[in-house]
Amino acid sequence: MMGWRNTAAAVSLLALGLSACATTGGTGAKPGGASAKPAEKAETKPLPKGLDGSTSSGFPSTYAPLPSRATAFVGATILTATGQQIESGVVFVSGGKIVSVGGPDTPIPADVAVIDAKGKWLTPGIIDAHSHLGVYPSPGVQAKSDGNEATDPNTSQVWSEHSVWPQDPGFNRARAGGVTTLQILPGSANLFGGRSVTLKNVPSTTMQGMKFPGAPYGLKMACGENPKRVYGGKGRSPATAMGNVAGFRAAWIDAADYARKWDDYRAKKDKGEKADAPKRDLKLETLSGVLKGEILVQNHCYRGDEMAVMIDIAKEFGYKITMFHHAIESYKVGALLAKEDICSATWASWTGFKMESLDGIDANPALVWKAGACVVIHSDDPIMTQRLNQEAAIAMTAGNKLGYGITRAEAIKWITANPAKAMGIGDKTGAIEPGKAADLVIWSRDPFSVYAQAEKVYVDGALTYDRHDPRYQPKSDFELGQTGQGAFN
Amino acid sequence: MIRSILLAGAACAALTASASAQTIAITNARLEPISGPAIASGTIILRDGKIAALGAGVVAPAGATVIDAKGGVVTPGLIAPSSNLTASEISGVRETRDDGTGTALSAAFDIAYSVNPASPMIGLARDGGITASAVTPVLSGVGGGAHEHADDGVIEEMTAGAAGSGDPPLFGGQAAFVRLQAGDPDLVEGSKLAVTVSLGEAGARAAGGSRGATIVLIKSALEDARAFARNRAAFEQGATRDYGLSRLDLQALIPVVQGKTPLLVRVRRASDIRLALKLASEEKVKIILEGAEEGWVVAAEIARAGVPVIIDTQADLPDSFETLGSRLDNAARLHAAGVTVAINGARDFNNLRQERLNAGLAVANGLPYAAGLASVTLVPAKIWGMDGKIGSLEVGKAADVVLWTGDPLETTSWAEKVFIAGVEQPKDSRQTQLRDRYAAPDNGMPVAYR
Repeated sequence: MMGWRNTAAAVSLLALGLSACATTGGTGAKPGGASAKPAEKAETKPLPKGLDGSTSSGFPSTYAPLPSRATAFVGATILTATGQQIESGVVFVSGGKIVSVGGPDTPIPADVAVIDAKGKWLTPGIIDAHSHLGVYPSPGVQAKSDGNEATDPNTSQVWSEHSVWPQDPGFNRARAGGVTTLQILPGSANLFGGRSVTLKNVPSTTMQGMKFPGAPYGLKMACGENPKRVYGGKGRSPATAMGNVAGFRAAWIDAADYARKWDDYRAKKDKGEKADAPKRDLKLETLSGVLKGEILVQNHCYRGDEMAVMIDIAKEFGYKITMFHHAIESYKVGALLAKEDICSATWASWTGFKMESLDGIDANPALVWKAGACVVIHSDDPIMTQRLNQEAAIAMTAGNKLGYGITRAEAIKWITANPAKAMGIGDKTGAIEPGKAADLVIWSRDPFSVYAQAEKVYVDGALTYDRHDPRYQPKSDFELGQTGQGAFN
Repeated sequence: MIRSILLAGAACAALTASASAQTIAITNARLEPISGPAIASGTIILRDGKIAALGAGVVAPAGATVIDAKGGVVTPGLIAPSSNLTASEISGVRETRDDGTGTALSAAFDIAYSVNPASPMIGLARDGGITASAVTPVLSGVGGGAHEHADDGVIEEMTAGAAGSGDPPLFGGQAAFVRLQAGDPDLVEGSKLAVTVSLGEAGARAAGGSRGATIVLIKSALEDARAFARNRAAFEQGATRDYGLSRLDLQALIPVVQGKTPLLVRVRRASDIRLALKLASEEKVKIILEGAEEGWVVAAEIARAGVPVIIDTQADLPDSFETLGSRLDNAARLHAAGVTVAINGARDFNNLRQERLNAGLAVANGLPYAAGLASVTLVPAKIWGMDGKIGSLEVGKAADVVLWTGDPLETTSWAEKVFIAGVEQPKDSRQTQLRDRYAAPDNGMPVAYR
């Protein structure tokens, strides 16, 4: 019994060791302890590098925060995104983290930098839960059209991070709009578009230098018009809405089967029995990552009735949908979304640009909020991402036109805490509370005003953009030597 | 349901007829006449469809319907300087798009015939305080001059244009102007007001692939139009050389070469703007610029030429090789140089409501507030020759006015009441009806019964 236990521990250590190796570029846990065990059969030796399918292997983050110092922000109106609006407040940050937040009497340690933010507003960094920066960058030329692997309705094997071009000038524009974190998704041509990646919005010469440490992956799924149009147009399935659903279900059957084979293999290994490892399959590895709850489902879905079908598919195969994107009709199924704890990422002002967006209304976020479900305002657009605060204002106003009395303290969550939650990083950023990352924006005034401008943008306590200091206005390589030299305001 | 909508429509029309006789006084309002300085608190009188009086000391006449603005703001109705409103509804549904032509016509395409007075998007635009719009054709497959949006990058595939195949024609067609009064079967206030043409990348596509061909072909077309105008008889007898355009297209270009009707030139790169200015000067044609993302680079030259521009103030991305210099302060810089600036909403997504916010964005980036308000009212009225009738609060002008809950350029304000020709417009739209149906409390029956 004891031996079995040890072997199990050793094997799981092995697996851990391998994935840690891959994650940290070889500095991870050594499987030395395991190999020291008397391996009674040859099968217990580790699989060759790259053949053990673990969900998050490879392409480790090399992100390191920019230089920062302990700083107290004093005097601003603070929207904490935990539901509070604090007048003349104080936020103290140190080591890239928020240490304390409170009213004017909040103590400030001696010898720290003090930013006088009197008359300004302070919010968490804006989080765009739906971006194609880097994968559909500027300039929008064919050679840089890397967002849709539109060659098969299921391309769960592709990862958007492998398309990200860090020189996309859009990152700089987004940062000037207060965006500190982005979820970069593959496009919606396919039923399964591939994995999303979460990025810190800092300038970097590599994608890995932007990759948000510890953020889970997302799986982009798309229901509705796009997949059936793209593949129906090629004379392939899916060509209809029912073809979409059949495609989803077939893929989840394959995924469940793949997960079972690996589970069987590992169980046998654990017992010291002879076992052949299944061949690693990147497509099924991503899908089985969803079934194991390690990868979050980010599901492009406009129509309320289709959301209900997607929820039933999720139940059939035992996975959870984290968020519907472009969820223009969430207001029709608000109670269902509240019950299932599924967020709705949507715009407020876009409507009627395709059949499935015909019923878009500006009060959609407010109605979903009223139903008690999670609201996220997203962009899907390199222009709107620069003003998610204004889109949230439009959404808030549409609700207040109905007398809902939605406060700024509440609506700020739609572009900070809620997307953080829906991207699986709600424990790390998205709100001004002790222990969270000091991802902060100082606004010239009420951020829900059309006249508001992000003046200073901090990521992990480090100043990354300053509207009034050219030293903190990074430029993309692409824009050097071009008209305007990358300046845009 | 269909029946009740029809009945509601009939009721609206009846209301329209009776309401026009009313005299309305909006009191206790901040008045933004545009043509003159703001009046901090005053009254405006709407009578017989026109503005009868406005000012701080104006008193509501006996018998007038009095509306207390409670400190709200009254502006002229906003004017969309270039849109597809009424000519296109759902960009991804080809059958609802009549804002561009295929290869059958070029300059002769007349968008006035595309106008649908029953478009449900009209109510949505009015909800944003818009009471009139220039309706301008697009080159099929080229888009409207604003930035392209993604919808995850596949929307372009389904909006490949009205006709679909082949290069777009050189000219997009003739623009019209509509006022958005509910219940009116004929919204068209003016037609054949401009002929659209694109330079730069879109123009190159229309000319076979390169900028070098675009100007040559445009000049040739204008020369053909002049020759055609000089000697119609010879053309009818087949005694002229071959022209590059059809009889209909040449006919449409005659007022352009006569300097009566402008070319609406969609152009983005600074060097292309210079080409447009040079073309106008050499050919002695009037032009309006639309897009002009790099307009700030050549602002002084545009000002010197006295050419107005229509811009999207959100455009700050180098999203193509002809917009590398895009900036958020383009409007401010153009204005400072003396250029007449009109500001557009988003042409895509039926989001003309964005127009006023785009003006606010320009103000946030340095455009004086008064110029911001003018850019969505009097300036577009002037560009389209409608300023004798609309665009400002002046006695004798049509009573196209909007009462706002606050600053009309602000996100948190909304249009409280919208009047066109002195008639209060219905507040509802397809969107508000959907909203109200689903916002209503559950009564145990499917929402379809609400």
